[in-house]
Amino acid sequence: MNNETQTKVGPPLWLLAELTYDCPLHCPYCSNPTDLGDTKDELNTQQWLDVFTQARAMGAVQLGFSGGEPLLRKDLEQMVKHSRELGFYTNLITSGIGLTEKRIAKLKVAGLDHIQISFQGADPEMNDIIAGRGNAFDQKFKMAQSVKEQGYPMVLNFVISKQNISQVEDIMRLSCLLKADYVELATAQYYGWAFANRDHLLPSQKQMVDAEKIVNEFRDKQNGKGPKFFFITPDYFEDRPKACMNGWGSTFLTIAPDGSALPCHSAKMLPLKFPNVKNKSISHIWQQDFAFNRFRGDSWMPEPCQSCDEKEKDFGGCRCQAFMMTGNMDATDPVCSKSPDHHLVQEAIELAKNPKEPIFERVNQRNFKGEDIVRIKL
Amino acid sequence: MINSSLQPKLNPMFRLQWEQVQECYVLLYPEGMVKLNGSAGEIMQLIDGNNKVVDIINTLNDKFPDAGDLTEDIYEFLSAAGEKKWLYYEQ
Repeated sequence: MNNETQTKVGPPLWLLAELTYDCPLHCPYCSNPTDLGDTKDELNTQQWLDVFTQARAMGAVQLGFSGGEPLLRKDLEQMVKHSRELGFYTNLITSGIGLTEKRIAKLKVAGLDHIQISFQGADPEMNDIIAGRGNAFDQKFKMAQSVKEQGYPMVLNFVISKQNISQVEDIMRLSCLLKADYVELATAQYYGWAFANRDHLLPSQKQMVDAEKIVNEFRDKQNGKGPKFFFITPDYFEDRPKACMNGWGSTFLTIAPDGSALPCHSAKMLPLKFPNVKNKSISHIWQQDFAFNRFRGDSWMPEPCQSCDEKEKDFGGCRCQAFMMTGNMDATDPVCSKSPDHHLVQEAIELAKNPKEPIFERVNQRNFKGEDIVRIKL
Repeated sequence: MINSSLQPKLNPMFRLQWEQVQECYVLLYPEGMVKLNGSAGEIMQLIDGNNKVVDIINTLNDKFPDAGDLTEDIYEFLSAAGEKKWLYYEQ
């Protein structure tokens, strides 16, 4: 990587802090790695506060507290307070399990700007089967009401898969009832657990077309009122890949629970050695690290990307997807119809019509009682 | 229709903030950010819920005497910002 490219690197505007991979739910679409590691390696409070201070000084402005379930960390309020004082826009990305009216209020006092709650379905039956936990729906429903009553902007996130795609209209009605501001109807992306369960999750093209029609008809009847719905289709049905993470190492910085710094939340799967905030500064990581520079610019690109006039638009697609499907992280994303590996995507769509393996429920981390990390039992 | 006696208010979904690294004002909202150009930033920072449209026009015409009359530009921006739901007016 030459110096010219390095000096052009802008700030990591978006910082995703994955506080823990631990989670009370067992959703098969989870994009966490299938090897969740050990909770004893998690960053402690002071290490996280240092990460926020350093990243903010570099210009990071959006901060997502995510996981796993970030509410499992008892020091969440302290982290919110510190990062809000630094000037971050603070987003809590939660399953809603572990929220109470009191904790929503405490987070507000700490300065939390926004809460995103995930749902797995439009009713308790569907939701709790996918989540692998009883009473999850009722808890989410009550907490979503409280989030709005306490004056937060609220985003609802529904991961759409073959399992719940028939509920799209009911999901949209539920979102209106809960007075969501934005709603993500996001078809599962096939990373981590979701990749292992892809045959059970990937909808057929007909299901996608039907769902999109329902979404559009619903939107037409809204007359500019109610939630703003985003329908995010799986890239498997596209001709061109997504501009993954707005380009490798351009905007997004993920810090995994153990302190690994990653250009996206899935990158750890790649055969690269990623730096860790426990022994490297954020500025060194972002500006100098080999792994972060590895796919910046276009000199790494193979054909057909190298000579493609759309390479500035999609940056060759997703490195993790290329690696998972072809075994080569430098390959053109197989989603692209110009890719010599495009048949792999078409085969995946065929395979999903008749799943042969049983569905895997996401399991949890090996638990360890850390000395300086206080956990909340959910 | 916007008139000069209206008091524009910032939609509580958004937060306006100066970003030193980007050298501009930004609007922050759930998981997103809009970068404002210089003139948009000048107008937005005057939207405090008390200033009327006429106050914003007078302040900016005084601040930038060499720029000519800014009235039309300000109306145009306020109208676009209203459509984007950055602002609202209490009826």
